[in-house]
Amino acid sequence: MDYILTGLIRAFELLLQGDPETFTAVKTTVLASSLSVAASMALGAPLGFWLGYARFPGRKPIRVGVETLLSLPTVVIGLLCYAFMTHRGPLGEMGLLFTIPGMAVGQTILGLPIVVAMTATAVESLDERLKQTLVTLGADRRQLLLTSLWEARFSLALAAAAAYGRIVSEVGISMMVGGNIKWHTRTITTAIALETGKGQFATGIALGLILMTVALLVNLAMYGLKRVSGQ
Amino acid sequence: MARKRTCCLLAALVMALAAPLAASAADTLMMATTTSTDNTGLLDVLAPRFQEDTGIELKWTAVGTGKALEMGKNCDVDVLLVHAPPAEKQYVADGYGKDRTEVMYNDFVIIGPPGDPAGVEGMPVVDAMKKLAAEDATFASRGDNSGTNKKEISLWKEAGMAVPDKESWYVQTGQGMIATINVAVEKGAYTMTDRGTFIKFADNHGGNPPLVVLVEGDPVLFNQYSTLAVNPGNCPNAQYDLATKFTRWITSDEIQAFIGDFELLGKKLFTPNAE
Repeated sequence: MDYILTGLIRAFELLLQGDPETFTAVKTTVLASSLSVAASMALGAPLGFWLGYARFPGRKPIRVGVETLLSLPTVVIGLLCYAFMTHRGPLGEMGLLFTIPGMAVGQTILGLPIVVAMTATAVESLDERLKQTLVTLGADRRQLLLTSLWEARFSLALAAAAAYGRIVSEVGISMMVGGNIKWHTRTITTAIALETGKGQFATGIALGLILMTVALLVNLAMYGLKRVSGQ
Repeated sequence: MARKRTCCLLAALVMALAAPLAASAADTLMMATTTSTDNTGLLDVLAPRFQEDTGIELKWTAVGTGKALEMGKNCDVDVLLVHAPPAEKQYVADGYGKDRTEVMYNDFVIIGPPGDPAGVEGMPVVDAMKKLAAEDATFASRGDNSGTNKKEISLWKEAGMAVPDKESWYVQTGQGMIATINVAVEKGAYTMTDRGTFIKFADNHGGNPPLVVLVEGDPVLFNQYSTLAVNPGNCPNAQYDLATKFTRWITSDEIQAFIGDFELLGKKLFTPNAE
């Protein structure tokens, strides 16, 4: 029990004293997760739209496949990325290993199925008359895509929040691809793993609270956006 | 179209982020090392000193010795600081590493509950291992192919036994050293640790650790740390000159003395022994 109280006090200390290690970890976490959420949304929203909107043979198996990928363990993604990014791997020349962009690539693989699955479901549940009206008004495919996604914007925001939650809390990819390198690729979660490994449980809990604070700020920002965009 | 543009934008963003990292690679030495050098805080004091002295930034990833060697094999790092001499010698013989240089040592100890229910206190280590097995005393093992785990396995063999893999009293945690010690605390078990990590653990408990050293001082418990440069013959991208600079630096009289002065609770964690 002691750990929790000490952890709470320690969290305030770290934040108020502007502990440089903690702030670097926060920065790395925010940078990597923002990159990967943006990439997940940019790739996943159109793919999800297509999967929810288009009717073609093999659509159902693909959906089942996407939903299965929701269970992909982060450690496995980390290992797969390592296999590609190691200097001996096919992408070794790009120098992605032990970098934030490398971590973001792995985290995008984590976030993509969430965005695709949730967007597809949202598009499927849009009013059928919307499509008919748009087609009658002579909308081309791009307008159809953008309008449908706009109508589904709150579901998309939820998809982004879900992807963000999974990405910001993962440790397997960051550890394996990032390497938990101090001042460079140490995120809040890998720092928690390290502190736990050192037996500094209170500091681990403090960092956990800081992570939740970051998540709260992000969600508040999204809530603000939601109000601006009309609801 | 929109998607293509977004993809390009993302690619550009990734490049922009990666570029400064790639540019600074010239004076950055990448090291794979074991958890004990990191968890004790030794590298946190060595790295800034190294940068001050040589202008080279030391980046390290702390993993088990097994994984560190694998990373060197795959050319992901330039230098290794590890503690599994037989595996290291094999590694050099296989052409993956070169210039194995001994840097410092500490020793392994067997720790257990203060009451010592199995009664192994003060025994030579091989006898202690036999006694632990005979008494079915709960023993927490790393079980992760780390340097410490390799050492422990060799001790079971030296005691003339198979590794008690399936015995109910043998608990393999698959975790780091302090996590394993914590498992031992919860289970009232024995475990083997390097002394540096044990002192760190004692320090976490304000100098009053719930487990105590019971077996120590046996010459087979010697724990040697060495640096190895990743062989540029195997990895043309490895920064052999920087690795050599690091080895020369860490074995210099000044830094050896610095390592010797690194203390917690007034106790030395590592003893320098470079020649």
